[in-house]
Amino acid sequence: MSRSRLSARLAPYYLVLPGWLWLALFFVVPTFVMLSVSTQTGDIVSGFKQTFHWHTYVEAWDAYHVQLVRSLVYGLVATLLCLVIGYPVAYWIAFRGGAHKSSLLFLLLLPFFVSFVIRTQSWNFMLSDNGIVLSPLRHLGLIGSRFHVLQTPYAVIGGLTYNFLPFMVLPIYVALERVDRALLEASADLYASSREAFRKVVFPLSLPGVFAGVLLTFVPAAADYVNASILGGAKTTMIGNIIQTQYFTNLDYPMAAALSFILMALLLVGVFAYARALGTEDVFEVNAR
Amino acid sequence: MPDVPTHDDLPADILRGLTSPRMSRRSVLQLGGASALAMALAACGVSSKKGATATGTSASAQAKQFWADKKQTGTLDFANWPLYIDVNPKNKNDHPSIDEFTKQTGIKVKYSEVIQENASFFGKIQPELAAGQSTGYDLMVITNGTYLDKLRELGYLIALDQSRMTNFYKYASPLVKNPSYDRGNVYSMAWQSGMTGIGYDPKRTGRPITSWADLMDPAFKGKVGMFGDTQDLPNSALTAIGVNPETSTEADWKKAADWLKKQRPQVRKYYEQDYIDPLSKGDIWVSMAWSGDIFQANASGASLKFVVPKEGAVLWTDNMCIPQHAAHPVDAMTYMDFVYKPEIAAMLAEYINYITPVPAARAVMRHDAAKATGDDKASLDELVSSPLIFPSPSDFSRLHRYRVLTAEEEKTWNSLFEPIYQS
Repeated sequence: MSRSRLSARLAPYYLVLPGWLWLALFFVVPTFVMLSVSTQTGDIVSGFKQTFHWHTYVEAWDAYHVQLVRSLVYGLVATLLCLVIGYPVAYWIAFRGGAHKSSLLFLLLLPFFVSFVIRTQSWNFMLSDNGIVLSPLRHLGLIGSRFHVLQTPYAVIGGLTYNFLPFMVLPIYVALERVDRALLEASADLYASSREAFRKVVFPLSLPGVFAGVLLTFVPAAADYVNASILGGAKTTMIGNIIQTQYFTNLDYPMAAALSFILMALLLVGVFAYARALGTEDVFEVNAR
Repeated sequence: MPDVPTHDDLPADILRGLTSPRMSRRSVLQLGGASALAMALAACGVSSKKGATATGTSASAQAKQFWADKKQTGTLDFANWPLYIDVNPKNKNDHPSIDEFTKQTGIKVKYSEVIQENASFFGKIQPELAAGQSTGYDLMVITNGTYLDKLRELGYLIALDQSRMTNFYKYASPLVKNPSYDRGNVYSMAWQSGMTGIGYDPKRTGRPITSWADLMDPAFKGKVGMFGDTQDLPNSALTAIGVNPETSTEADWKKAADWLKKQRPQVRKYYEQDYIDPLSKGDIWVSMAWSGDIFQANASGASLKFVVPKEGAVLWTDNMCIPQHAAHPVDAMTYMDFVYKPEIAAMLAEYINYITPVPAARAVMRHDAAKATGDDKASLDELVSSPLIFPSPSDFSRLHRYRVLTAEEEKTWNSLFEPIYQS
């Protein structure tokens, strides 16, 4: 085999090499180290030793399956809420935004100029028992004297929905924006009502955006711990809070690593099941974009 | 497919090995992969981080050797908690006590309020200390308990130069001299101390709170705040059931955990640091609280009360200590001893409102109060007579230290108390 032929054949691999190195350095190696840590035993003072103690995973599940399941449920509910709220917003901007599209998108992203934590904290201020929302309602007699929003699951899910909404809207907007307007004219020519045109043409074409939006919302929402710690209470602890405590407070690195892996596994299973249900073609389509 | 290697390229013996039916090539590769994975996993083991931990005579010998060749450098990097030092009313980045220190010693201080929590600060400096690198700080303030113990056990602290502690030995209160968590003050000198008791809003509770049992009152259901940690929460629960935490047994811990479980339906939230705002806004009416927080909240307009419950409360101390590899250890020692001068301790106490480690500061503050007029005088008079800053001997008899836990005990302890605030 001549040298030039070989290098020509390898050229594409050289081209993707930076990508692979990046992945190896920042994803594969850390994942591997974490896997290793998860099977070690010991404590911070006498050191952690590799003993292949896979039982940590069993202990992690036994102790924290409630919080794991709760995180998935909160993440799922928040994602559905984001979809229900976000789709019409994206649709409206894409089809009715007209000349103001970019201003509207800017408005959507405006809250991102303020820190995530501060935005969440301001909900704490607004929703407090004697705050600007609940106080007038209580005076009007619409809610009882002990009614409160903060420290309930509603507050946590609400916070998640609020914080991740733009991650849902943007991909859907991009998908809708790409829908060829001529297709709508064509469906009108074929006597489709606007409702039918939406159901049979626009919505299916926007599915890749929905798919991406759901992933971008669900994965971080289920793993979030900021909302639960700021807006949550005694019964809304999410798995992110547990991992944080295990890592920083208890310095129990194996347990923290094992919990992270369980969470990652659950999320991956969920994502693959979802990709399967929606059809892999769409996944590739998303990837191709 | 022209480029697939053929069997002809391989030496015959290897070919035989690879194609041998006893073990297919595939399974050889799998085994190889598995053992490589196992080896690599094992290689990732975190080795013991235990450094030179010394107590008693060996520590003092080590300290002598360490301090022998150390010189003052003229700079000091000081890591402290927010709102934990005096400030100039006109410029909140100016700290009169530090200015005074610079004037008297010529040492410039870089003061950073970087410690929000013992746990997260430990998490921040631990990797550097484990790698044998400087944290960038010469002096840091850590609460007695888990993290101070860990720092000491891991050998991350420099044993203090006992010859540079003259003010400390002259003026320190018996409370912080030779404390149970650092016998002989080998590694630490107290910054301030405080109590974990109950804070409440008398307007909302409608009655005075006197006891931990009041947190069980059904009238306060959903209006009670507790601390979500494995230090204040369990130790306070132990005092609530009438046990001295320091000498408590595992059976006591179970009882305390049961007490907390029974109390749980009352609780609105297990707070980390953020209880004072909801308490002043009325989201909660009564909460576990730190003495100085209540005092400071009242200074900025709230009308809360703090009480040491009749069953007792936990007393904690924040300690100045020097991390390993500190660049300016002599400057740090100079500062640590400096704050034990009664006039400096008074400057700090007048602002911080926690228990000062220097009882003689009271006379200085009384003197200041006599000189002052109007509002200043009133607030200074209040400080001087406040049991939160200068607790009476009868208060002290009801205060207890945290339980010191071995690694083994800590596991049991955590598994009993963590599910209470994390579920």
